[in-house]
Amino acid sequence: MSTLLLLLATFAASAVEMVEALTIVLAVGVTRGWRATAWGGITALVALTAIVVVLGPAVSRLPLAALRVVVGGLLLIFGLQWLRKAILRASGYRALHDEDAIYEAEVAEVRAAATTTAFDWYAFTIAFKGVFLEGLEVAFIVITFGASQGRVGLAALGAAAALVVVASVGVVVHRPLSRVPENWLKFGVGVMLTSFGTFWSAEGAGVDWPGGEICLLAVVAYVAVLSAVLTRVLVARHTRGVGLEGRLAAG
Amino acid sequence: MSHVRGFARFCYDFVVGDDWTVAVAVVISIGLTALVAHRGVPAWWCMPVAVTATLVWSLARATRRR
Repeated sequence: MSTLLLLLATFAASAVEMVEALTIVLAVGVTRGWRATAWGGITALVALTAIVVVLGPAVSRLPLAALRVVVGGLLLIFGLQWLRKAILRASGYRALHDEDAIYEAEVAEVRAAATTTAFDWYAFTIAFKGVFLEGLEVAFIVITFGASQGRVGLAALGAAAALVVVASVGVVVHRPLSRVPENWLKFGVGVMLTSFGTFWSAEGAGVDWPGGEICLLAVVAYVAVLSAVLTRVLVARHTRGVGLEGRLAAG
Repeated sequence: MSHVRGFARFCYDFVVGDDWTVAVAVVISIGLTALVAHRGVPAWWCMPVAVTATLVWSLARATRRR
């Protein structure tokens, strides 16, 4: 059961980061040409692969309890931040993450910089930066998720599946992936990261979960219900606030 | 130097994010859970309670500012 959860969590978390990287690459490629953009993306992928190859085995050799505390704690911080943002967006307290707007902003910025050299270093750098930074987050997800369960290969498989799916979608639609309901994806990923983080950090701290690994499902269900309830509470509060502001403005 | 500073900034934004109190609360929660667990008392409930409190606190802070 935890195998499937690990695969799903890595897939979803990696897919979110890859959507962001793809948006940048498409924006640069469409406006500046594909040669330098592709080289930027490929160079970033090579650098990332080197990082995973060097760090992956080193992380796997650390003591498991200490690793679970550190990795679980990091995942929990990361997951709570994602959940917080997703809940604030879903309840209207924060603007929804708009890939179309990001794409337009990237295109405008890229067009503003004139090409002066044969090889477009600007396109290379932007594509490299986008793929490297987002990819670093994917590498972090793969190493931490995988190392905590001693299954870096399985976590890498989840990320590879996400790469295939996102890249295929990118090739087919050839435009920003705004049709992916990103906030709901982030909501789901936030729930998974928070649940895994809660479970592992507690285990590393010496907790024996009732029922062992099966309890992870209960933690996932609890975090999902908690997040849904908090979203509903904030939606109601925000709607009341907007209504009150409207009435005050009207008279 | 600016690259080092930029990387440090990236790490801070990546790990800590918008609300630093979440990171502090998680570190304290893990420490308290370890203390309870090492006294031989069942401690499985500590982290879920801490996660609930942290999320509610962080959301309350974020919505209070508006």
